[in-house]
Amino acid sequence: MKRFMTLFASAVLAASPALAGKLVINANTSDPAPKQAFEKLVADFEKENPDVDVELNIFDHEAYKTAIRNFLQADPPDVVTWFAGNRMKFFVDQGLFEDVSDVWKDNNLYNNMASTASALNVSGKQYGVPYAYYQWGVYYRKDIFAKYGLGEPRTWADFMNICETLKQNGVTPVTIGTKYLWTAAGWFDFLNLRVNGMDFHMDLMDGKASYEDPRLDRVFEIWGDMARKGYFLENHATFSWQEAQAPMINGEAAMYLIGNFIVPSLEDAGVADQTGYFQFPVINADVRTYEEAPTDTLHIPAKAKNKADAKRFLAFVARADINNEVATSIGNLPPNSQAPEPSDRFLKIGFKVLSESAGLAQFYDRDTTPEMAKEGMKGFQEFMVKPEREKQIRARIDKARQRIFK
Amino acid sequence: MQLSFWERNQLRLAPVFFLAPAFLLFVVYVIHPILSSLWISLHEWDGFGEMTWVGLSNYFEMYEDERVITAVQNNILWLVFFLLAPPLSLGLALFLNQNLLELRVIKSLFFFPFVVSAVVVGLVFSWFYNPKYGLLDLFLKAIGASPLALLSNEDLVSYGIIAAAMWPQIAYCLILYITGLASLNKEVIEAGRIDGAKGWAMFWNVVLPQLRPATFIAIVVSVLGALRSFDLIAIMTQGGPWGSSTVLAYEMVEQAIFNYRMGYGAALATILFLLLDVYIAWFLIRLWKNEKGRL
Repeated sequence: MKRFMTLFASAVLAASPALAGKLVINANTSDPAPKQAFEKLVADFEKENPDVDVELNIFDHEAYKTAIRNFLQADPPDVVTWFAGNRMKFFVDQGLFEDVSDVWKDNNLYNNMASTASALNVSGKQYGVPYAYYQWGVYYRKDIFAKYGLGEPRTWADFMNICETLKQNGVTPVTIGTKYLWTAAGWFDFLNLRVNGMDFHMDLMDGKASYEDPRLDRVFEIWGDMARKGYFLENHATFSWQEAQAPMINGEAAMYLIGNFIVPSLEDAGVADQTGYFQFPVINADVRTYEEAPTDTLHIPAKAKNKADAKRFLAFVARADINNEVATSIGNLPPNSQAPEPSDRFLKIGFKVLSESAGLAQFYDRDTTPEMAKEGMKGFQEFMVKPEREKQIRARIDKARQRIFK
Repeated sequence: MQLSFWERNQLRLAPVFFLAPAFLLFVVYVIHPILSSLWISLHEWDGFGEMTWVGLSNYFEMYEDERVITAVQNNILWLVFFLLAPPLSLGLALFLNQNLLELRVIKSLFFFPFVVSAVVVGLVFSWFYNPKYGLLDLFLKAIGASPLALLSNEDLVSYGIIAAAMWPQIAYCLILYITGLASLNKEVIEAGRIDGAKGWAMFWNVVLPQLRPATFIAIVVSVLGALRSFDLIAIMTQGGPWGSSTVLAYEMVEQAIFNYRMGYGAALATILFLLLDVYIAWFLIRLWKNEKGRL
């Protein structure tokens, strides 16, 4: 209702003659912590810029994904939240996002935000500013590892040993819930990044490489091997990513490849203290370690009315202190490298892993097109249950790729 | 005396004016969307960029699309099972149609699934089927069977969802039959009894013909329900695992909304529309014949 009122109010105000310095922001930060963080961010901005009157419309996270397509065309606000990588490129290609390279240049962001710069770049221009990102990796139960004398793995052989030991002792090595598909893509991304590296992975995401490429054979071999040995949670296609936490919380499963957003649930369940984090193990020693770090971003619609103030807002959010405050209050890392080092245990290690990495991927469903992501992830889910169908699955995914990227 | 234009044509014009509002709404909200989705189905379009004319290629693609074939097979499965709903609920209605207080309570319980929303039905059944904590699993364990992950089994998933969908569907048909039974003509039954009809003969020759209107509506809603099935699939599996529980309506939404393929989604909608058309035509012809018979 409140949102409706604000939307209604904005419609009324939009109809009246433009007020000086009015800035409309549409955001998808509907969960409690992000919502609060954005309200504070706006308040801080207004305090520093008394001449600007900000109006913040917060949408439900899922509904935003469809709503943005309408309001970018029909009733564009001045600033929108969105995601880096292909998700952003989609709107850039439609000419719906404004080039903000000048914000990057004027605020020295090419240096301070070097780690995420490429994720916001389309053919040499920057189309948005990141406000938060987070690491992916393996979250594991330290107490279970200790019980069987296991340590954090460095290599793939270590990791396989751990899985085998756990399996022998009746513990599910890896929990996962693939009902909504995307969790399976985490495995695909990491395996491909560790086996083949970033360039090939990005070619695949851009539709330039085939899913039947022999370089992927090893990826599917390793992955299928894990599936055949029963290292993944049984019946994982039935569970959502949240439901798949239960076995880990109950101590029936030991590891979970997931993003840092799992930490609040582990804290609520009272097992955060027993939980550790390790970087996805190295598979091919010749390939540098690339990581997954989905980045949340701000953009200016091409048809925005108040672009001058919108750019001020982007510059404000990119500033080290503000960037730090927004990101850490939602349990994420600030993309600005001048921000102070995080104090939270998981963020600390995440910060270390990401800053030492050779490059960052955004995650499968943000790096490739929505349709390719859907088709690919369905195939990955099927492969994790029926690894014997590898050939047909890869052929089917590649057929979709050829149609989508023609 | 000269009659004014209005006075001369009043009889002819009045119906036009009375029909105009409804007709206008019908054109704007029914005819126009149908035609525009036909038009979109001949294009490739992501929902906002340029529309590219592709002729019938969306329809040709559908012909080779494994997922569409799965969807049609599942739709047929839904149809077959949904057509069992009317006879099943007729049986239940006959049983419940006794004037006992206990049965009244039970009767109201039978209506329950019809009252709750499909989202709730979907969630309840998802929990029921949960292979780790679900009731079905407890039951299977109790009889010594191995756990069954119904919703992640590509061969069984559609049956699982259909079972959930049948629950409110049977309740719906049950209401139709119970009202039908309440309005049976007692004199006809008396007459039948005098003529020595009882048991099966009574039911088949006297009761069932009187329930024809209820049966007709029950079949209509069941067929429509089977073909438009979407909500439970969206809630329980999202068409999964790997697309094996999808139906045409769900595939249409997934292509158009999630995959940004408005053209292909519209083509699927058109096919669904044509399938429903055959059936709706039959429905209208019957209705028309019935009405005519009464005049």
